[in-house]
Amino acid sequence: MYVRHSTLPTRRMILAAAAGVSLAPSVTPARATEATMVEAIRALIGESTLQRGRVKLELPTIVENGNTVSLTVSVESPMSETDHVASIHIFNQKNPQPYVAAFNLGPRAGKASISTRIRLADSQRVVAIARLNDGSFWSSSADVIVTLAACTEQ
Amino acid sequence: MARVLINLPSQAKRGEIIEIKTLIAHPMESGYRLDNTGAAIPRDIINRFVCTYNGEEVFSAELFPAIAANPFIAFSTVATESGELVFAWTDDHGKTQTEVRQIIVE
Amino acid sequence: MRGLPLPALIVAAMATAAAETAPEAQRSGYDFAGREIRAMQDDDTTNPGMLWVMQGETLWAKKTGAADRSCADCHGDARISMKGAAARYPAFDAALDRPVDLEQRINQCRTERQHAQSLAWESEDLLALTAFVAHQSRGVPIAVRTDEQLRPFFALGNELFHRREGQLNLSCSQCHDDNWGKRLAGSVIPQGHPTGYPLYRLEWQSLGSLQRRLRNCMIGVRAAPYEYSAPEAVALELYLMERASGMPIETPAVRP
Repeated sequence: MYVRHSTLPTRRMILAAAAGVSLAPSVTPARATEATMVEAIRALIGESTLQRGRVKLELPTIVENGNTVSLTVSVESPMSETDHVASIHIFNQKNPQPYVAAFNLGPRAGKASISTRIRLADSQRVVAIARLNDGSFWSSSADVIVTLAACTEQ
Repeated sequence: MARVLINLPSQAKRGEIIEIKTLIAHPMESGYRLDNTGAAIPRDIINRFVCTYNGEEVFSAELFPAIAANPFIAFSTVATESGELVFAWTDDHGKTQTEVRQIIVE
Repeated sequence: MRGLPLPALIVAAMATAAAETAPEAQRSGYDFAGREIRAMQDDDTTNPGMLWVMQGETLWAKKTGAADRSCADCHGDARISMKGAAARYPAFDAALDRPVDLEQRINQCRTERQHAQSLAWESEDLLALTAFVAHQSRGVPIAVRTDEQLRPFFALGNELFHRREGQLNLSCSQCHDDNWGKRLAGSVIPQGHPTGYPLYRLEWQSLGSLQRRLRNCMIGVRAAPYEYSAPEAVALELYLMERASGMPIETPAVRP
């Protein structure tokens, strides 16, 4: 009898991952965190759609240590009273929790741009979502390869 | 009192967008690390950061264990008037550390 | 060497030269680090190591011990009195008849002149003071003495650097002289120059000393690491600093 090992990705999962953030995933236990990230994003955006564009997520493609990864998110926006970014939310795919941070902005920010340093437990996708004052959601994602440091305390 | 590094201009022109960089010393214990007995080290992080400008909140952040140790947050704000910028970091125990910086806006 | 063909002679000459890196080829760990790590080190307002330097500046001025004396009371402005100091350590201590490193020298001042308690290795305060003192030498070329009384200690450090050790049976030299620039798993092997200590290692999520890093190296080859302050550790530090002669101090560096 052929038994599919849950640790190997199915062809469907590879295609879904290649297409970007999938909001209708097929999950096996090994990809449970992808589903958790999807649920967390769904909890944020509710019934709205996630539009691609306007958000620029800057992350290194490969990092020497997942403990401190520099991240910058900027959103094209006039940041006026009538047209501005209300908040920026960062999600990750493979850490124990899908949440990274949420930043509240507004017209007093002048420009929609934040930088921080995050932890990535493994090579994975990071998603940044901007919520505008008109209730629309825009997103961008980036894949990061995380390497382990050599010669540590372990 | 944790050590803090705040970088912002001491003066700016009215309407100018100023960049603010903040760094605070804190281990941001994620709650997922194990000690040498195999027990999880309890979570202990800064979970909220707020910046107010002459009393009005101009920026805030909700932080999770995925934020790196010694949290670095850089953001911007419009220099509207001279006064005080107050930065507050709150941890999981509800303790808040506050730092104040003056700005001259002409 | 009569009778040896020319190509063999050239290969033999190259093999000897490969053992030590020529001064022109000296490269700091900074050069092997990625762009983001270098950016973190370059900006004093965002370099996490500066949090310890700031703490050290506070401690420098703080009166302590039974003598109720601060570092500043004897040494004044560290910017002047400590400039170049870290570039010359480990240095020979005549009373102890052996070299001491910067951390040991700071503790000596604490116990003998401030009549205060010695600070533990890797404690926040010792890291802060060492970082603050070493930071005053940023940009100063490393120039330790290895002459006269220091010669046997330098020789020990040299021997330890070239000795195979641990279950992996590797010497420091095999990675850091012969294979720098190549990859060990995902990481690029640096030349192993102690230009930026104490430094902020992302792996530690904290500032740490050179001795801590050397212990990590030894654990890496599955050797029992030297105890903090062991004569072997200080001898190795002396050797490493001499090997890095002329390279500028970078404290506080940022490394993976």
